[in-house]
Amino acid sequence: MGQTISEKIISNHVGKKVYAGELVVTEVDGVMATDTTAPLAIKAFKEMGGQKVFDPNKFALIIDHAAPSPNERIANLHKLMRDFTREQNSQLFEIGEGICHQVMVEKEYVKPGYIFIGADSHTPTYGALNAFACGVGSTDLAAVMMTGKIWLKTPQTIKIQCNGILQKGVTAKDLILFLVGKITVSGATYQAIEFCGEAFEGLSLSSRMTIANMSSEMGAKTGIVHPNGLQLDYNYDAIIPDEDASYIKTFEFDISDLEPQISAPESPDNVHNISNYEGTKVDYAFIGTCCNGRLEDLDVAAKILKGKKIHQDTRLIIAPASQSVLLDGISNGSITTLIEAGASLITSGCGPCVGTHQGVPADGEVVISAANRNFRGRMGNPNSNIYLGAPSTVAASALEGKITNPKKYL
Amino acid sequence: MSERITTKIKATCHVYGDHIDTDRIIPGKYTKTLDLSTLADHVLEDLDPNFANIVQKGDILVAGTNFGCGSSREQAPLALKKSGVAAVIAQDFARIFFRNAINIGLPVLEIGNHNIKKGSEIELDLREGLVIDHTANIEYKATKLPDIMLAILSDGGLVPYLKKHNNYSI
Repeated sequence: MGQTISEKIISNHVGKKVYAGELVVTEVDGVMATDTTAPLAIKAFKEMGGQKVFDPNKFALIIDHAAPSPNERIANLHKLMRDFTREQNSQLFEIGEGICHQVMVEKEYVKPGYIFIGADSHTPTYGALNAFACGVGSTDLAAVMMTGKIWLKTPQTIKIQCNGILQKGVTAKDLILFLVGKITVSGATYQAIEFCGEAFEGLSLSSRMTIANMSSEMGAKTGIVHPNGLQLDYNYDAIIPDEDASYIKTFEFDISDLEPQISAPESPDNVHNISNYEGTKVDYAFIGTCCNGRLEDLDVAAKILKGKKIHQDTRLIIAPASQSVLLDGISNGSITTLIEAGASLITSGCGPCVGTHQGVPADGEVVISAANRNFRGRMGNPNSNIYLGAPSTVAASALEGKITNPKKYL
Repeated sequence: MSERITTKIKATCHVYGDHIDTDRIIPGKYTKTLDLSTLADHVLEDLDPNFANIVQKGDILVAGTNFGCGSSREQAPLALKKSGVAAVIAQDFARIFFRNAINIGLPVLEIGNHNIKKGSEIELDLREGLVIDHTANIEYKATKLPDIMLAILSDGGLVPYLKKHNNYSI
């Protein structure tokens, strides 16, 4: 009987063929936590009797959610993380080095075929790399740190086939927003997603990460982009599904006519064509996050804003996904272009996406954001409204001071 | 099954709707702490600002579909547990919340379509997976937990489970 990508990766790890529904205890190839989840994980690790992490080279902590520390309470949690990684001879990625998911991919902590467990809900981002990656909470993570293993139910898989090629000016973010709107925020709960078809084949690794990242917004356990067309700096053995693999559901879309998409407050699946919201006044625009803070995102924003100034009643915050993205954006001029256009550059990291610091919106303000979540209160103020869109849409909207279709600028 | 999972809980319930996300359960700005009692002060703050004041130890939270969607923050079930909530019943749960709740020893039960009203007197039998609504006189059967989850829950959570077994056993 044929297998899905998830079934194959799990089978490779447990040494026998497994199929959806089977419970396994599997070894993992990598594990990480952030400053939101690591402190509780360290506490649980010690409480459960943990002394040494299973493999110091497969474990990393990243300070990204509130970096640099906004107050003494969080400063002390960061210290706890620094002390722990020092004690364990493991890697700590410091403030400004970047968002966990970006750093794990850049530093090759995760590769095709891996099972990777992260204490962050957007861990499925690594599905862009043909890996099986799941988010967990702190205590589950502590158990992986101690045992090097996790228990999992082999998930059923939803196949999302997208035919056609995106129009000029329409991006991977528009495509994944469209799909989240169709599948809904609970449409893939407990399940894996396989993204396949022509629409994904020409996408860069960065765009594939945007796609896989928002698997979480459909409730998925993991979301894997078919490796057709995936180019990496190293050789790898691609894991592809068998032709007779069994899927719980298959969706098929033709995306050749897709327009830029907007997710309106206050759920990521409240997705509409941008035309429904064009003209909505925006106070605050944000480009960054594990979803859309990569070089191609800064580049498209810079292309739109080159030689122009953002609208006087709008502010634009940019948080590059990593220091490496920041340096590349400095080298190619995008960062200078964005700052000259009026953007404010903040530390590489999660920035205002998690509502802890660095750009909390005021009461009644409207935010256009390149992030992945717009739940009430997400950015720290329950009395603000967050619209999600592509970085191109965010840049065009910052320019005009209202939600704007970016196609005319691209 | 271990003796400790016989827990029968009888309590009044608080009822909320569908898709209660983790930002509503505990906003991100409060999550970065090891002082867990502070989580309880802000539990469900952006959904029902009064909840933290009215919740009583042993109460049950009842919700619709996709409870706990969003972040992986374990602070969400911890905030509920620390506020006194003894169990959460929902039509279904987001997967990370579900695992987190079991891992910290907060019982969670999935019952498909329910019509439990605010203030109803509810009895849970975790061993049998039963939810009895005494007010409406209806009995619901919850989705069975995998054995490993029952074992973790019966040990009081994943920390005591691993302390006892030192590894997973299925």
